[in-house]
Formats: sequence, C-alpha cells, structure tokens
Amino acid sequence: MTELLEPALRLQGIVKTFPGVRALDGVDFEVMPGEVHALLGENGAGKSTLMKVLAGMYQPNEGQIIIAGQPVRMTTPIEAKAQGVVLIHQELSLVPEMSAAENIYLGELPRKGLGWVDWRTLYKNSNAILERLNCNFRGEATVVNLSIANQQMVEIARALTVDARVVVFDEPTASLTDAEKVVLFDIIKDLKARNVGIVYISHRMDEIFTLSDRITVLRDGSYRGTLTTAETNEDEVTRLMIGRSLDLSRDTAPPKLGATVLDVRDLSCAPLFEGISFSVRAGEVVGFYGLVGAGRTEIAETLFGLRTAERGEILVDGVPVQIGSPQDAISLGISLVPENRKEQGLVLSMNCRDNMTLPQVQKLTSGPFVSSGAENEIFDKYRDKLEIKTPSWRQVVGVLSGGNQQKIVIGKWLSMKPRVLIVDEPTRGIDVGSKAEIHTLLRELAAQGYAVIVISSEMPEVLRVSDRIVAMYSGRIMREFTADEVTEDSLVQAISGIKTADAA
Amino acid sequence: MSNLTDITPLRWLMRNPIWGFVVIVFIFFSLMSDHFFDYRNFQNILVQTSTIGLIALGMTLVMINGNIDLSVGATLALAAAFAVDVQSWAMFATWGNWQILPAVSLALLVGIALGAFNGFIVWKTGVDAFIVTLGAMLGIRGLVFVYSGESSFYAMNFAYSDFSALSFGPFPVLAVIFLLCTLIVHLLLSRSVHGRNTYAVGGNREAAVNAGIRVGPHMMVNFMIIGFLAALSGVLLSTQMGAATPNLGRDYELWVITAVVLGGTKLTGGKGDIVGTLGGVLAIGILRNGMNLMQVPAFYVYVILGSILIAVLILDKRFNRTADGGLRL
Amino acid sequence: MLLNRLKAGGPAIAKQGILVAFILFMIVFSLMSDRFMTADNIMSVFRQSAIIGVMALGVTIVVIGGNLDLSVGSMLSFATVLVVDLHDKIGPELAIPVMVLATLCLGAINGFLIGILRLNSLIVTLGMLSAIQGLVLIYSGGQNVDIADQRGTWFAFFGRGSVFGIAAPILIFALLAVVFHVIMKTMPFGRKVYAVGGNPTASVFSGIPRSRVVFMTYLISALCVSVAAIILGSRVMGSQNNVGQGYELQVLAAVILGGTSLLGGAGSILKTVLGVLMLAFIQNGLILMGQPYYTQWLVTWAVIIVAVWLDVAAKRGRLFSPIA
Repeated sequence: MTELLEPALRLQGIVKTFPGVRALDGVDFEVMPGEVHALLGENGAGKSTLMKVLAGMYQPNEGQIIIAGQPVRMTTPIEAKAQGVVLIHQELSLVPEMSAAENIYLGELPRKGLGWVDWRTLYKNSNAILERLNCNFRGEATVVNLSIANQQMVEIARALTVDARVVVFDEPTASLTDAEKVVLFDIIKDLKARNVGIVYISHRMDEIFTLSDRITVLRDGSYRGTLTTAETNEDEVTRLMIGRSLDLSRDTAPPKLGATVLDVRDLSCAPLFEGISFSVRAGEVVGFYGLVGAGRTEIAETLFGLRTAERGEILVDGVPVQIGSPQDAISLGISLVPENRKEQGLVLSMNCRDNMTLPQVQKLTSGPFVSSGAENEIFDKYRDKLEIKTPSWRQVVGVLSGGNQQKIVIGKWLSMKPRVLIVDEPTRGIDVGSKAEIHTLLRELAAQGYAVIVISSEMPEVLRVSDRIVAMYSGRIMREFTADEVTEDSLVQAISGIKTADAA
Repeated sequence: MSNLTDITPLRWLMRNPIWGFVVIVFIFFSLMSDHFFDYRNFQNILVQTSTIGLIALGMTLVMINGNIDLSVGATLALAAAFAVDVQSWAMFATWGNWQILPAVSLALLVGIALGAFNGFIVWKTGVDAFIVTLGAMLGIRGLVFVYSGESSFYAMNFAYSDFSALSFGPFPVLAVIFLLCTLIVHLLLSRSVHGRNTYAVGGNREAAVNAGIRVGPHMMVNFMIIGFLAALSGVLLSTQMGAATPNLGRDYELWVITAVVLGGTKLTGGKGDIVGTLGGVLAIGILRNGMNLMQVPAFYVYVILGSILIAVLILDKRFNRTADGGLRL
Repeated sequence: MLLNRLKAGGPAIAKQGILVAFILFMIVFSLMSDRFMTADNIMSVFRQSAIIGVMALGVTIVVIGGNLDLSVGSMLSFATVLVVDLHDKIGPELAIPVMVLATLCLGAINGFLIGILRLNSLIVTLGMLSAIQGLVLIYSGGQNVDIADQRGTWFAFFGRGSVFGIAAPILIFALLAVVFHVIMKTMPFGRKVYAVGGNPTASVFSGIPRSRVVFMTYLISALCVSVAAIILGSRVMGSQNNVGQGYELQVLAAVILGGTSLLGGAGSILKTVLGVLMLAFIQNGLILMGQPYYTQWLVTWAVIIVAVWLDVAAKRGRLFSPIA
C-alpha cells in the first residue's frame, strides 16, 4: 500500500491519571485501516487503560483522539461505538439469561411505536450478522446455553451492528480451542479485508507473530516503540517489554528422582475424564497439557477432594486412599493452587498474612487463641522466599498485582509442606517477569523433593518446566512424553486427539 | 444447539414448575372440600389474592432488576390512609361522589412519589436497595402514624365502600383490575424496551451501563411502578374494608416476596417473569383459601406456608444444577 | 466544599462519620432534655438495649459469615413464651435448659438449610419467621402466658436483678459482647467465619469446612436469642405470643448502623454494640423530647440511610454513585 492513508484511529500524547498513579504517560498509538496492530505490555503496563480511553470508558486528562482525521471526544462507550470504535472485552459483557439477539443489540433494541421492541427487525438483523460470522446458532438462542466460543461470537457480533472503523480484541483466545481460534482468525482476516483497523491485545507471541502487521509495546504507562512484525523477533519485543532478555532455557540437569509419591489408576468421572492413569515421583515436575475442556482441572479437583470419581484408585506412597474433601487431601499432603486465584485462591478482603495461613489457622494456636507470632513467622518466611512485594502483612490482598497474588497462594500451600503440589495455570494473566520467576520456582521445588504437577495451556510454559508431559484430549490421556523426546509438533498432535503410530 | 422457542408442554412446566404445584393443590382441595370447587369461591380467591398479587407484579420487576422493596406494606397503608381520609377534607365537601377522584389520585401519587424517592436514593447513593427499603419500611410506617395519629379512617362514602362489590359481568371488579394489571405488566416486561432492559440491568449491570442504558433512571422507574401498585393495592383494600388502619399491610412484603420467589424469580436478578409470579400468587391464594375451607386453624397456615417456601427452594436447587454439577463446594 | 473535604480527609472522616453523627445526636438530645444526660437515664437506656443488643451479637456473626437471619424476632417470641410457660410447669431450673435446647434446634434447622443445603438465607429465614410464628401460636393456643409468683423466683434476677448497682441485663450484654469479640478476632473460628463470608469458594479451596462454619453461626444466633428471651421473660414475667415481632428489623438496623456490611467478610462485634447503643439513645432521646414512639421510626430511617451512604461513599471515594 503506497498511498498515504489516513489512520483509522490515532491517539496522541494520551495522559491518564488516577489518584496517586500516572497510568498513561503521553502515549502515541495509531491504527491504519485494514491493519492488525498488536498491543503488548506486561500487566499493569497500561494496555487496558489505553483501550478503555479508546472505548470511551475513561476520559484522558491530556492528549487527543483522532478518528479518520477528526479529533473527537467520547464520553461513553455508546459515543465511541457511534464513532466506529468497538471494544471486545476480555471478560465477556453479556447478559446471560437473554437471547443472543437482545445481547447483540443491547441498549439499541430496534423500536416500533411507543417503546415496544420491534422483534422482527431485531431477529432479522441479528441473524444476518450471525450468518456473516458463520455461526451455527441463531439470535433466538439464550446466551447462557452457548459455548464460550459462541458467546465470544455474540460479543463480536455486537461490534458489527455498526460499520466499525476500529475493533479492539482484548485477549480473545484465552478460552478458545484451536479449532475455534481458526474461526476467530478468519473473522479478523475478513475485517481486515473490509479495511477495518484491528487492535489485538494478547500475551501470546505465536499469535501475534502470525496475525499482526505491527507491534506496539507499552511499559509502565509509557510508549516504548512500534515495530514492524515481519522485521522483528520475539526477543526484541520482550526486551522492549521488560527491558531485558529472558533466559528461556531449561536447565537440563537430570532430575534426582525419589520414590513414587502419587499413583493414579484408571480414575474416571464420565464425561469429564476416563481411564486416567499416571504417577508422580518426588523430585519431578509432571506437566499436563491440553486444550480447554480436556479434563485436566477436573482431575486436579478430584485429587483435592472437590470431586468424586466414579471409579479408579488413588495411591499416596503406595497406600490406596479415599479423598472425600479438601481436608482429606490436605492431611494426605496434597495441595492445590487453583486455576482462578481471585475466586478460588484468595479471600480478597483479607490481608496477606491471613490469606497465607488460612488452611492451617486451626493449628497455629497458643491455647485457644490464634498465635500471631506463628502466623507472622510463616508469612515472613514465604515473603522472603518467594520475593512477594507488599508493604506489609496487613495489606489487603485485593490490591496486589496478579503476580504477587499468585505468589501468596503458592506460599499458602508451600507452608503446608505438601508431598504433592498441584498447580493449575500458574501464570495466567501474570506479567512476563513474574512468569519467569514462578517457572524457576517450580523447578526448584522439584529439586527440593516435592512432587509437582503443573497444568497449563501454554506450550512454552509446559515445555520449560516439565520433566514429563502428559498430553490430554477430551478427558483421556493420549500420550506421555519425557522432556527429551517431546517436540512441539508431536505434542500438538497428541492434544488434538490424533493418535500417532508410535504412541506410548 | 440453539433453543428455538419450541414450547412443549412438559418443557414449559419444567421451566415454570409453580404451575404444576398450582394444579396439584387445586385438585387436592377440590377433592378435600365441597365448597372449594365453586364459582363464587374462585372469584373469592381472585379477589383475596389481588392485594398481594398487584404488589407482586411490581416486585417481579424490581427483583429482576437486582433490587428488592421491603417498604411496600407501609406504602400500601399510607396510600389507603390518604384515599379514605382525603375524601372527607373540607375542600371537597360539596363534591359528592367526585370526592373519590382527588382522594384516589392523591393516594396513587403518594405511592409513585415514595417509589421515586426510594429509587432515587438507591441510584444516587449507591446504597443497596435492601437497606434503603428496610429504612423506608420503618420510616413510611412512621409517616402513616404521623398522618393518622394512631387512629383509623372510615369511609363515609357508600359509593366507595360498595365499590368492591361491583362486577364486570361475572367477574368482580377487583379481580378484573388485578388481571388487567397482570396483563399490562406482562406485556411491559416481555415486549417493551424498558422491560427487556430490566433483564439486562439485573443480569449484567456493567454490560448494561456500557451499552448506554441509563441504569439509574431505569431502576427508579421500576420503583415507581411498584410504588404505584402498592398504592393501588392499598386503595382497593380500603374499599373492601371501608376503612384504613395504621397497621395495614404489616408483613405483606413477606407474602409478596414469597409469591415472587415461588414463581421462579431469582433474588440475584436477571431472571423471572410475570407468568411465574401469577402462579406463585395463585398458589398462595389457593392454599390459604383451601386451608380455610378445610378449617385448618390459622396457626398451621403459617407453618405450612413457611415449609412450602423452603421445600420449593430445595427442589429448585435439585432441578437446576448448573452445568458443572459434581463440584462439591 | 464538603465534597473536597470529603475527598481529602475522605475515608478516615467518613468512617468516623457514624461516630460523629452519634456524638452530635447526644449533644442535641442533652440540650433538648435535661433528663437525658443523667446517670439514671443512661443506665436505663443501657438496660433496655440489652435484649436487642444480645440478639444483634448473634446476627452480626451470621452476617459476617455472609448470610442473614430474619427469623430472630419469631424465635424470640417462641423462646420467651416457652421459658415463661415452662417456668410454672417444671420450674426455672428445667425451663431454661429446655428452652435453650429447643431454640438451638430451630437454629440448627436454619443452619442445616442454609449451611448444608446452601439455600438462600433471606428466603429461608423469611420462611422460618413465618413458620416459627405459627409454631408459637400452636403451642400457646393463642393465649398469653405469664408467671404466677413473680417475686419469689430467682428467675427474676436476669431481667430485674443487679450486681454492684449495675443491672443484670447490662452485665449479660457486656459479657457476651466481650466473649464474642474475643472469639471473632482472636480465635480460629472467628477467622474462619470472616473467610467464609469474604469468599466461600476460596474458603472451601483452602480446606475450611464451610458448611460447618455457617451451621455454627446460626447456632450462635439461636443461642443469643435464648439469652435475650431469658432477659425478656424475666423482665416482663409474662409473654404475648408475638412479643418478638419486628425485633428482626431493629436488630438488623443496629447491625447496619454499626457499619457491618451485609455482604459478609467484614465488620465486628464492637461496631454492632455501637450501633445498638446509637439506636437505643436515639429512641430514648426522642421519647424524652416528648415525641410519640413512631417518630423513632422516621429518625431511624434517615439515620440508616445517611450512615450507610457515608460508609459506602467512603469506600468508593465519591459521595455520589457514578452510575449515569
């Protein structure tokens, strides 16, 4: 394209402050029509704030927003939409009990007469949009009955009720299977062809390098630079993001393995998982890799006593056990760092120390009272060991960064001195720097003799931390790999349900 | 797969189980008492339930919104007091039967105003509706006592107190008003923009805000509707009694909420409908009427109703296991 | 102006806002009536607040655990009627334990339905409010009950007696308040209640026996109601069968006024004591000013809304809600 096109959208010198925090410090950003422009940055770098400014949810303190050559002020998301800027949220903003059509036209239901809904127009228009997106459901469907991927389609459909100039995708592939991702990418290509400018926010380097034309990096609220995707590589981008290169190598020292701590035989809970058999020895990290819905989290929940299997055996140290509740699991030495740290891992209204000591608060007593000495001892120990950044133990957990919150959860379970540590999606939504720290920590824990199970949906992560990898698909174990023999291709094949000739 | 609106009778019943219950108790009492299955008794039931029923229509809207209104009983009493008392004001002395018009209008206006006040406070302060209307429940009752000075008002106008005996053909006028209001609110909720927005605001408030729905005024309107209906109910009740007492309507909110929850509306908002509420209202009405006819002492009625409410909750939990059943939380 | 002051000193001031309002009330009342600030009157207010106060302690614990208990009023009727009626039939030594046991059973039903079956606490306790009232009517046959020999029984101590010049109800209330405060703030059980109220899911994932904790909170609430019934029955030496009607509102108002959030996971016993006293002094002040009893309701209405508004405003940093 050699013509000088007007950017579909340009942000100039955007400054946004909140009490005590300068979230955006003079950021410049632009999207050309028909371009996919990726926006990268660690958590807290300001991506979300920038997008909210764009979508009309925040007003910039300084700076200008220019759309198709005209400066605009957008005070509400509706005004932003009228200008052709649509944000597809990371957390879906749909009304679950209403139909897809009503969700698509939320706030702009077609009317007839005095405040009555024009149902015919509503369904006609929404079905037209859904067809354009190749969806297999209609506007009459109730959103709560749709799969996550389909719900995302509804969210995207909402963007298409107007002729969008710019569509912003915020972490769109977090809950999608590979097949669903392909559909999404097709839609993005379609939008590109229609000269829509696309902003793509994601942590996933592989997607960014596949899809985007340019990459802009933010760090600590400031603009760090824009690169042309074809002319750069992951390392350069990472350096822009965190100011240094990441050492992504594995230490290839052979693990010192101890006895088998956990033995699972034919564990089944249809339709979630079937015939699961594996074992974990002290000193090794076993990674569970698979798509969303493969059944990994459900197995973890069963091992932690939150779910009852229909059949199968669990043996700890060679002894068959019944795990009927989390208390049982804990007394057997099994700890679970759950998938969702805000909803399952932490009581956000309580302080750091109390969160960390919660599972054992009954035992940390002197007389009938809780011993704050013992509690503080535990907190101090793991704060130092895990390098948790918080002003004091009294700090309410809710205000900590994602990485620090996750460390509190990990500290909580390490302080229980488990034999088996299960970690479910340990670095979801965590910045690159802290990610690396946690990966190193997991390797260290294994070296210290813990039996570690890591459940992950990110291939680089699972390849980095695991000594062995269990690939799952649709509730079954497809194949087990050792760290030496695994390749990206064979792993992807396994989790997509493809059995190869030399399957274990 | 998409769920088109193919309503097989069985599926409809599973989504609105209260009507199954209504049918069961209906049959039960028809068998157990000779006086139940009688035309006039049915009229009775409709009239008796209309008091709670009218308010329940409004409560459905408010609860789908994600709010609640505990002050309806007190509003009912205040409206009744105005309706009866204003008729005897000196300035209307020469109006004859037309006295009724300003009295009833004022009463209804009071209901709307109180609703607007509650709604406005919920909107602007951000305090939860439960607390706002809890306070209003106390305070409005205080207004009733201040206005009436602990005494009751008696209607002097026979046209007023005979109103409840009128009928439209075979239907008592009170039943007609109730059914008419039921129809209107049903249409409002299922077919109007305001009604659909009610589900949106209750189902995902943030999404509604971002979609440009003006949540504050919207909730205020729903509070005004329930205020109006509570006032209307109070007016109609006072025509039946020919009087307005200061303790009128105490505990009514209990029955209203019971009826609405029995009808399938969720306390958390975003779900419910008028058809279900009507079922809940009828269920309670038939139960009370039937037990009355069977001469069950009033004491047992309370116990039975409380137990039924709890039983319905248990069944609802059993039948509506979310997609991830099996996770032991 | 006020807005800027609020923003600057914001949360700190507004949190004490309730306290400040309370002090203002006290000043106003003592100016309007010279009987207000007398030792006699203050003692009397303390004594009268004991019944609501004791019940409010239990309800506070339920609320911190993330639930509501609207059945306490009916439970009070039940317990008072029972203990008064049994007093003459089997003597106070047996009547009291029997009543406590029966009330705990009711609390256990609440605890089972809400803690173990996980039903919604608002609806369940609303249903129990109704059912228990019916139970009382069935038991008493609609009759009032009273104790024949009102002076000759040691049962009179709880409601009418005193130790070193301090009325027994005050001592009971104070003692229970201290005990519960200590439990909630320094003992494992208290910590667990805060956790369950703050995030029930995370509590389960942390190995906390959520069902048992919630069950216990309802037992505690029922226990508090029994104690309140002893005080009440002993004071009045008789009971109508709807004596407790409306108490649940007053108790809830006191908890709310004290600043404990109805969402759970926060709040404290001491805050509730403050709320109880505030409510009691407001009522007392109005009575001394010659206001009819229903003026209290109007004042309570205003105070509740303003108090919670300030609390909510302090938390979000803005006076008015940002919703369009």
